[in-house]
Order: sequence, then structure tokens, then C-alpha cells
Amino acid sequence: MNILSLFIIIPLLMLAGLWASRSVNQVRGVMVTGASLLLALSVYLTAHYIGLRQAGATEEMLFTASTVWYAPLHICYSTGVDGISVAMLLLSSIIVFTGTFASWKLQPMTKEYFLWFTLLSMGVFGFFVSTDLFTMFMFYEVALIPMYLLIGIWGSGRKEYAAMKLTLMLMGGSAFLLIGILGIFYGAGGETMNLLEIARRHIPFEMQRIFFPLIFLGFGVLGALFPFHMWSPDGHASAPTAVSMLHAGVLMKLGGYGCFRVAMYLMPEGAAVWGDVFLILTTISVVYGAFSAVVQTDLKYINAYSSVSHCGLVLFALLMMTRTSCTGAILQMLSHGLMTALFFALIGMIYGRTHTRDVRLMGGLMKIMPFLAVGYVIAGLANLGLPGLSGFIAEMTVFVGSFQNNDTFHRVCTLVATTSIVVTAVYILRVVGRILYGNVKNPEHLKLTDASWDERVAVICLIACVAGLGLAPFWMSDLIGHSVEPIISHLVK
Amino acid sequence: MEYTILILILPFLSFLILGLADMRMKNGLAGAIGTASLAGVTLLSYLTAFQYFMRGRTAEGVFPTLMPYNFEWLPFTTQLHIDMGIMLDPISVMMLVVISTVSLMVHIYSFGYMKGEKGFQRYYAFLSLFTMSMLGIVVATNIFQMYVFWELVGVSSYLLIGFYYTKKEAIAASKKAFIVTRFADLGFLIGILIYGYYGQTFGFTPNFGPHGELASNTLPALALGLMFIGGAGKSAMFPLHIWLPDAMEGPTPVSALIHAATMVVAGVYLVARMFPLFIGYAPEVLHWIAYIGAFTAFYAASVACVQSDIKRVLAFSTISQIGFMMVALGVCTSTDPHEGGLGYMASLFHLFTHAMFKALLFLGAGCIIHAVHSNEMSAMGGLRKYMPVTHWTFLIACLAISGICPFSGFFSKDEILTACFRFSPAMGWIMTGIAAITAFYMFRLYYGIFWGAEPDRQLPANEGTHTAHTPHEAPLSMTFPLLFLAAVTCVAGFMPFGHLISSDGQSYTIQLDKQVAITSILIAIVSIALATWIYAGKKQPVADRLARTFQRMHTAAYHRFYMDEVWLFVTKKIIFRCISTPIAWWDRHVIDQFFNFTAWSTHAASDEIRDMQSGNVQQYSIWFLAGALLLTLLLLV
Repeated sequence: MNILSLFIIIPLLMLAGLWASRSVNQVRGVMVTGASLLLALSVYLTAHYIGLRQAGATEEMLFTASTVWYAPLHICYSTGVDGISVAMLLLSSIIVFTGTFASWKLQPMTKEYFLWFTLLSMGVFGFFVSTDLFTMFMFYEVALIPMYLLIGIWGSGRKEYAAMKLTLMLMGGSAFLLIGILGIFYGAGGETMNLLEIARRHIPFEMQRIFFPLIFLGFGVLGALFPFHMWSPDGHASAPTAVSMLHAGVLMKLGGYGCFRVAMYLMPEGAAVWGDVFLILTTISVVYGAFSAVVQTDLKYINAYSSVSHCGLVLFALLMMTRTSCTGAILQMLSHGLMTALFFALIGMIYGRTHTRDVRLMGGLMKIMPFLAVGYVIAGLANLGLPGLSGFIAEMTVFVGSFQNNDTFHRVCTLVATTSIVVTAVYILRVVGRILYGNVKNPEHLKLTDASWDERVAVICLIACVAGLGLAPFWMSDLIGHSVEPIISHLVK
Repeated sequence: MEYTILILILPFLSFLILGLADMRMKNGLAGAIGTASLAGVTLLSYLTAFQYFMRGRTAEGVFPTLMPYNFEWLPFTTQLHIDMGIMLDPISVMMLVVISTVSLMVHIYSFGYMKGEKGFQRYYAFLSLFTMSMLGIVVATNIFQMYVFWELVGVSSYLLIGFYYTKKEAIAASKKAFIVTRFADLGFLIGILIYGYYGQTFGFTPNFGPHGELASNTLPALALGLMFIGGAGKSAMFPLHIWLPDAMEGPTPVSALIHAATMVVAGVYLVARMFPLFIGYAPEVLHWIAYIGAFTAFYAASVACVQSDIKRVLAFSTISQIGFMMVALGVCTSTDPHEGGLGYMASLFHLFTHAMFKALLFLGAGCIIHAVHSNEMSAMGGLRKYMPVTHWTFLIACLAISGICPFSGFFSKDEILTACFRFSPAMGWIMTGIAAITAFYMFRLYYGIFWGAEPDRQLPANEGTHTAHTPHEAPLSMTFPLLFLAAVTCVAGFMPFGHLISSDGQSYTIQLDKQVAITSILIAIVSIALATWIYAGKKQPVADRLARTFQRMHTAAYHRFYMDEVWLFVTKKIIFRCISTPIAWWDRHVIDQFFNFTAWSTHAASDEIRDMQSGNVQQYSIWFLAGALLLTLLLLV
């Protein structure tokens, strides 16, 4: 059996296990076992993949397999991974693993919560291993729907509104996607849904011009493309901790991944026509998100806008269409996934104690919960691009790569986007100064405790990953860089 | 010289150990680990310097550039990649010695100064982090490695300024320092991007293409100019200097290490590192650097004359002295030290001597603050009786910075002035004038602390347990660094600096320009005499009268010519009010409402047509008939 199918089978088994669980401890047991297995699997896959590449495997994707699923429309269940999807799988399994610990004490309906949580993860894993357009789309939907329930039931604040808004906007995006996918299918001759095979064919220019924006927008909504980012602040603010982590950490990456792998890879000429328009939108995202974050008072809103800015950078870098910038985009997806997950985890833990996320009502937390506070500072420093943590290498790769595109318009966009690094520093340090430093504002907070062991596991795990990626970027950069090559050569030709 | 890698690894390890163990470790042990690793670094640096300069010169008569380590850390393209490594050449070796010496002294000093302070372990962890990053800057093999460590230095400075994190001013100061330097670093980054793209490398020997093409091409000059902005941010050049005086909120040893001796001269080091390129591609940028440096030197010196917080005086004096170094680099017109390249050597010489005597001044100020529990000069006066060691070492440093022979500052400042006079007499006289102001405000400070009237130390009785006590000399852990640095200040001027470092790498023998030397000493003595006349007495009628007569100017200078107000205006009013708030409003009220409106209109529309789905057969049949009729009519017509 194909190793990649395990990424779908394990979550399925977890679902069954959860279904059969009778107590919270059993639920936790199933989750930890499953999440650890997934993590181990993705680490093994990464090692194996690198090994195969070093042994001289030259195919574009490895571990490919295909089974016909619905013959009339040539829909197959086909799998395969390259460096980009390996990186994304690794990221997803880390987030699922830490997310499990971050929602350790979640009440009520723990079992149901984890059922949906696992289903969502299955969708994500399925999306990254698929190479068939339709299967990919199916998993995409599987990942989106549980979000509605997770936010609507276990969320906080205006949760129904937020859940509905998020679902409607993302569903609107998938409507575009579906049309786009059908367009690609018929444009490529209507004989295959397999990405790799479509890439070898040529879709007529007229069709590319129509369907590129549909696909890019469809995925772009999930990647928080301005002005379709509105679901992100409300959605994140209402979502429970682990869902925010999974959503910002992984789900938003589906957007960038899809834009790259489907829109740009299959329709390079469409990308050439529409690139500039979308580049303007992404540049706006980058700066706009950062400036919006400066004045927010809710911790989660700050991070949601910061995500708009950072995910904007992903799409921005993709549209720069140089090898380095696209490598940077993937690195930024990884880095943003890790550090935002860390951020949301910490915010959730702080919120769980203080019952407020308003920066004006907190202060001096460094004294009360040093562990969480130090974690928050590290997450903040990663966010503002401190060398040695993941944010720096991703941003620098993006900027250096973008600068390789020597068109004046692209240059101007690059310069505008670089200003975000200053604004990021402003909003991060503002929050750190307000809530962590200073004197304790609310005497009630003095009674609060520092992180428990399950929270420590989640935080330490994520910090280790952020620092690991930041200190030794070369192997990740190599892994991704080689896989970006075929897609880029497609683009530039 | 493979062991040089340990110079970076040792402090990094001690940072990790101290950072991870944190509160679980005993204070003494944490300090010992930090200091021991620094002692190791210092020994290795001296060994490196010794071996490096003893290896001798190459056939061309220059010291070779060695690269014992260099590996590709982050690849971008085939030509562009960030390397991490160690590069040894005369200036980096000199900087290794400076940084490790001052850092070791500060480590030792902090034992006494930070004793009993909460967060002692954290303090030493940050010091190690800082030292590692600073050493990383100077040994960088390429501009991007420099940038990496540059940012790390910025963060360690942020963490150390905000060390007393419950203090409001400290939080604000740390934030300000980080954001202002970050803003400057944006220039640095863009400069690097341009440099890398057109120079096809991040190394220090770019290939900007054939020279004919460059005649019309100002890009290298632009890149270097932007890089200088980064340097100006770290080195507190006007108008980016605003963070440095506030940075004095940090513990005093930190001010000595970071904000006087090492980090703030990173900008000078940057320009020195890129010096051949500046001469080759951007001589006019170099002159701008000189003008900015001169203005900064003057501005800061004039502000220093009226400050009352001793650390602030020293901070402005630092800004002013860095201005001198920048001027010295800026007045260079070639790489030949005999023909307009003298400033390069002078600048680095001054960097070296300044690091020592300025650290000494700050550490001395730390002892004083420790003794009187205040930064304000009004709480001091007459301290020479109580603190003899601090007094004498402070005096030596003051004489050095004023440029009195035979202390080290005299020799380096004299070279700077000579270089300035060679550039243009106007520049020479301006800088001589600023040197005179330097002597004046330093001795104003000196007299204010150690002479004059003793303040009334009888605290009101109702202030509880904190009883008044007479100031006393600091413990040995604090006075030893003072003595050591004072000794260095006394002898450093006589070292054959030109033999080790010069703009073209050839051996250069320093000759004192007698005219310049005599003028500058005379002017310094006059200034000191003036300061003595005004400030040495128990009462200071002249000073008071001056302040009254020029009240406006005095107030303006005291408020640092309102530069901080400008900064507040830019951040609070422009960024916060005029950009971020409207954007956030627009996001909430226009974009969001548009989507809400879409949802609402869908909802409203379905509400409207809902009545049609009533389930009422009669209604359906009417609609059916009406429709059929309409169709028939349409068909007929």
C-alpha cells in the first residue's frame, strides 16, 4: 500500500476510535496516539523523501499511485508528493499534534469536538497528498465544513455570526474553484483530472485567461487575499484555541498551496496576464494587514490581521514568480504556520486564565505566568523576523527572491512590502509591552497559575520547531527549492 | 586558526544554558558561567590578535584576510546566499579585542552592580546573547551575515534596555530603541537587496559590472547610502539618535557595554567595512556622512552641556563622539593614508580608545549611582572624598575624552582633527570647536559630581526605614574594571595603531601634526579652565546667570531641541491616528459591511420571495395560470 494513503487511513482509524471511546481519557488516548503516529509518519516520510532524492530520484513527484474512482469523469484517487507537499504534511502533523495538547482540557462534548477536529485534519492531509484535481477539491471541502461546527459550537463571542461568515465566504471561494476546476479539466482536453498530466498539456490561452482568476480567487479567499480577508479576523477571534491554530497554521496554507500548485502551475499564461492585478491586491494585504493590527485591542484580532499580512506575503512572493521568491513563499507558509499556531495557542492559554483578550485590561503577566509570557515574547520575535527563528529566513528569502524580478512595477511592490517589517515590530512590541511588562493591572490576575504540563508540551514543541527552522534553514530550503523548480520553469517559459 | 569559531560558540552556549535554566540556577553560579565563558572568549580574542598580527604581512605588505570558517547557511540563488563564517582582517581582529575586553569588564562589574537584583540569571543570559551577536557582526564574512547579527544585537539591546520590565520608562525606551533602529534597518535591508542584485554577491567584493556602465549608474552609491542609514540608526546619527538617550533606562553596565562602547559603533564599523566600496563607488555619499557626523557631533555636544542626568550627559557625549568617528571616515578621499585616507585609521583608532574610556566613564557613573541612588547631578557633589578610586579613574577618562596628552583620547582625536584639516580647514576648525565643547561639558559633569556643594542627605524622617547614609566606595568587583580600563586609557595612545590598521593595509606611522596637537590641547585646556571657573565652586553664580540670560536656549537644549516630541508626533499622530485608525475603520465599516450587506440583501431578497412558496394550491394555480397566459400572449405577439 502507498505510504501516503496512511495519512488518510490514520485519521479514519482515529475517527473510529473516537467513536468507540467511552470516556474523556480514552478520547485523549486515541488523539495522542493518532497524532503521534501522524507526526512520526510525516517525519519518516520527510527523511525517506530526502533519502530518495539524494539517491538520485528525478521524478517530479515521488510515491505516486493512482486508482480510478469515477471513470466517466476520469476522476482518480491519485497521490504523490514533492518537497512542497512534504513540507506541508510535516507542518500539518506538527500542528495537529500540538493542537491536541492545546485543547487537552476542552469542555463540553470533548468527544464530538475531537471527531470534527480529526475530520478536519483528514481533509487537510488528503488535500496535500492528492494530485487529482477533483479529489483535492473533495478533501478541501472536507476540511472546510467541520470548521463551521467547531466555531459555531465550541467558539466564543459572536460565534454563530463568525462561523456563518467564514463558511459562506469560503464556500463562495469553492464555488469559483469548482468552476475553475471544470474549466481546467475541459480546457486540457477533458481526459484527465491528474495535475501532472494536465501540466504536460496546454490549456488554450483564452481559457486560461478566464479560469486563472477564478482559481486564484477561490484559493485566495482562504489565503486571506485582500479584500476577501474579512472572515479571518472574526473567524479566528471566535474559534476555540486549537481550531485557530489549525486554521491559521494549516488551513490558510491550503490557499497558498492551491494558488501555486493549481492556478499558477497549470495556467502559466493566465498567471502572466493576471499577475499584476493580484500582485497589487497582495501588496495591499501585506501592508494593510500590518497597519490594521496596530490599533486592534483584542489579542486574537491582532494576530488575525497579522496573519492577513503574513499570508499576503505568501501570495505576494508566489506572484513574483522567481525561483527564490517561490521558495520563500513556501518557507513563509511553514514559518507562518508554526509561529501563528504558537501565538494562538498562547493566546488561548492566556484567555483561559484571564477570561479576557483585551490588551487594555491586562498587564504584568510576565510576573504571574513567566512561562507563557516568555513563549509569547518568542512568538512575537519570530513574527517580527528575528534571525535564528523561522520568520527571518522566510521573509528574507521572499524579499531577496522578489528583488530578483527586475521589472519596475515588481520592484515598487517589493519596496512597499518590505515596510511591513517595521510595522510588524510596532504592533508586536506594543502588545508585549502592554500585557506582559509593567505592573499587574488586575489584582484578580495575581491568583492565576502558569502553564500546565499539557500546555507546556504544545508550546515547547512549537518553539523548538520555530527555532529549528530558523537556525538550520538550509535543508528545508533545499528540499523546497528543488520542487519549486519544475513549476517555475513552467511559468517562465 | 580554527579555534576562532569558539569565540562565537562559547557565549552562545552560555546564553542557552543560562536562558534554559533561568531561575533554577543560583545567582552566583549563573554569573560565574557567564563570566567564565566571556573570559574564555577574551583569551581567545587576544590569542587571535596576537597570532594574526604576528603572522606577518603578505608580499604586498598587507595583513592577509583569513577565513577559517565559511559555510552556506541559507541559499537563495546560485550567486546569492547567506553564509555564516568568520573573517579575520585587521579591523575585525581589533574589534574582537575591543568587544571582548569591554564585555569581560562589564561581566565582572555586574557581579557587584546587579547583586541581589531579581532576574540576575536572565541578565547574564542576555549579556551573553549580546556579546555573541556583536562578535558575529565584526567577524561577518558577508553583508547579510552582518545583517543577521545586526538584528540580533538590536534584540539583545531591546531586552536589556527593558530589563526592569515593570518600569514604565524602561518599557517605552526599549520599544522606542527597537522600532527606531528597525526603521533604519529597513534602509539597510533595501541597500543589501540592491547591493546583492547588482553586485551579484553578498560578499564584500561585489562585481558591479564594467566601470564604463557605472558612470551613469548610481545604484552602487544608492545601495551604500541606504546601508549607511542602517548604520546611522544603530550609531545614533541625527535624526535617528532619539532612542539612545532613552536607552539609558537599562542597567548602567549595559549602557556601558552596548550603548557606549560596542553596539553603537556598529555603524562606524559598517562604513569602515565597506570603506573601499565607498571610495570606489560613492565618494559623495562619504562626504554626506561627514556632514551628518559633524552636525550630530555638534548637536549632541550642545545638548550635553545642559543635561542634569549624568547618564544622559554621557549618552549625548557618546553620540557626539560617534559623530567624530563618522566625520573621520567621511573626510576620506582615497585609500592612501598619506593622501586623504588618514581618516580611516583615525576613526578606528578613536573607536578603540573611545570604547575604553567611555566604558570607564559609564562604569564610574554606575558606581556613583550605586552610591547615591540617583542619576541626577543635584544628588551628587563633593563625592571625591568618599569615592577616591571612582574619582581618579573618572578624571582620567575625562582628560582622555577632552584630548589631553598623554591619555589615549588625545592621540586618536588628534588624528581625526588632522584628517579634517586635510579635507578642508573649515571642517578642521568646526571639529576643533566641538572638541572644545566636549572638554567643557565633561568637566562640568566632573565638577558637578565630585566637587561643589554636598547635597543635604538628611531624608525626611517620615520616609521610613530608608535612612540616610554617606556614600561609600564600590566593592572590588566594581572598582577592578575601573582600574583596568583606566590603565588601558593611560597607555593605549602609545600603541602603534597605524602599523596594524590603515586604509590601504600598508604599515603607516602616525606622525603627530604639531600645529593641530598644540591647538587642540590649548583649546581643551581653555575649556576645562572655563568649566572650572563656572562649575568648580560650591555656588555657581556664573552658571545660574548664564541659564537665566539664555533661558530660551537653555530650555530648548534641555529638551534636546524637541526631537523627541517630533518622534512622538510621527508615531502617535501620523502612524497611529492618520494611518492605522482609518485603515481599521475602513476594514470594519466598509469592507466588512459590504459583505454583511451582501448577506443581508440575499436574506432580504429570499424573505421577499418566500411568500411565493406558501404551499397553498390555490395560489400556485393562480401563478400557474397567470404564467401560462403571459407566455401565450408573448407567443401570439
